[in-house]
Amino acid sequence: MHGMINRSVQCFLTDTYGREKWDAIAASAGLDFAGFEPMLEYDPILTEAVLQAAAQVLGKPRQMILEDIGTYLVSHENMQMIRRLLRFGGANFVAFLYSLDELPDRARLALPDLDLPALELEETDTASFTLRVRNGPDGFAYVLMGVLRALADDYGALVLLEFDERRGDTETISIQLAETAFSEGRRFDLRRRTG
Amino acid sequence: MTAFPKLDDAPAAELDVEALDAVMPLAVIIDAAGHIIHAGPTLRKLREGVDLRGCGFFHLFALRRPRSITDFTDLATRGGGALQLQFLDPPATAFKGLAVPLRDGAGLLINLSFGIGAVEALGVYDLTSADFPPTDLTVEMLYLVEANAAVQGELRGHNRRLQGARVVAEEQAHTDMLTGLRNRREMDMVLERYTRSRDRFSLMHVDLDFFKQVNDAHGHAAGDHVLQEVAAILVEETRESDTVVRAGGDEFVLIFYRLTDRDRLARIATRLLRRLEQPIAFGERICRISGSIGIAVSQDYESPDAEQMLRDADMALYVSKNAGRARYCFAGGEALSAMAG
Repeated sequence: MHGMINRSVQCFLTDTYGREKWDAIAASAGLDFAGFEPMLEYDPILTEAVLQAAAQVLGKPRQMILEDIGTYLVSHENMQMIRRLLRFGGANFVAFLYSLDELPDRARLALPDLDLPALELEETDTASFTLRVRNGPDGFAYVLMGVLRALADDYGALVLLEFDERRGDTETISIQLAETAFSEGRRFDLRRRTG
Repeated sequence: MTAFPKLDDAPAAELDVEALDAVMPLAVIIDAAGHIIHAGPTLRKLREGVDLRGCGFFHLFALRRPRSITDFTDLATRGGGALQLQFLDPPATAFKGLAVPLRDGAGLLINLSFGIGAVEALGVYDLTSADFPPTDLTVEMLYLVEANAAVQGELRGHNRRLQGARVVAEEQAHTDMLTGLRNRREMDMVLERYTRSRDRFSLMHVDLDFFKQVNDAHGHAAGDHVLQEVAAILVEETRESDTVVRAGGDEFVLIFYRLTDRDRLARIATRLLRRLEQPIAFGERICRISGSIGIAVSQDYESPDAEQMLRDADMALYVSKNAGRARYCFAGGEALSAMAG
């Protein structure tokens, strides 16, 4: 598993629940190092061990933690870079949805060895979509749901998301677009804020 | 509104102005006299509050390449081609351009792009991705620039953490990285062991003179080399059972295990100081240093205390230093020259 993913899980747990909780989770997961390095590769077993330990220590279902990670990636102030990189995907939420197919390629442009699961968007009608996540780790769709919910908010769109099922290696999310201009949303300025 | 000329063989490709704006929002159309008759919406955004229509092309832009083109007649006769240009008025944003002639010499269509200067341009203007057509890779390029910056940031963080870990590891290590000698941490442990077991021992505090001058005159690489040479001398002149410590920059402490004979210590100090007087070659350069020594012997104390002995050796060292170069001194005694006799 790419260290960037493990590092994100660690940052989420630390920023949301505090350093002490992270230490407890890391100890419970049996990590023999202080933290993940974003630029190293780790055994996927470790990622799962951390998620299991987090569920246990925090007393929350694994799915909820995964969805919270997705929300955190877009909305937490420490993760502004990720929000921005995602918003490059499209000028509005629908354009962003259309860009999901190329998300793994975009991720690879940034980090050549970051392998995200293949995403496939199907338009049922102009306001309903089905998103299929192929060959992802168990529950990856929950992370995506968190990301989509937070980004919809960011774009000012109103969406209903539902985790449909996991069949074989494919997880499915249904997306209902209730309104594209529900609120102002946050402006996306192409210029980068420095500092 | 300007009617865009019809194309002979492809009537289906006729464009109205809205379509042209959507496909090329940074394009500008110039009539045969060199006046702007249309500017794309993104270009208009860059010159907010200025009505570009009717404005002379060369009143708005300066052509950087090709240099030989200086006015519109030149540009029109040459039929355009690839251009590099920039705004005349600040901010003097740079563009890449492609000029193509309109039918029947009616003028030129010049499409513009920020090219590699997009990052800079975006810092100046208030643009969003809607200002670029989806086929334009500018937004993708900006994405790459940010992704690259983000990855660089992560790498910097990674390096910072590695550096921190290295400092901690060095602190916890028992040897000095540069010289391979023992460090202060190890010194404290050895002294603690000897005082606890009531073993006899002596301390020699060795301090280099003129080391700073070597560093200043020949650079840090030469300084490092000198320290390594000094370390080698100290190791050669002591026994296996003694401990040689680099206690600071150019400060060393020698711990002699079960050696408290003053005559022997004096002979060792003399030999050390004489060897330190020998010039040290660093490539073409010759480095000259000297040293001073202060000595404390555990037999002089009723119950030897490491800290007290270190302080006394230190005091003796200063007596040596004040007396001149290449001198040694026993705690409470007088400085003696290693070079005499």
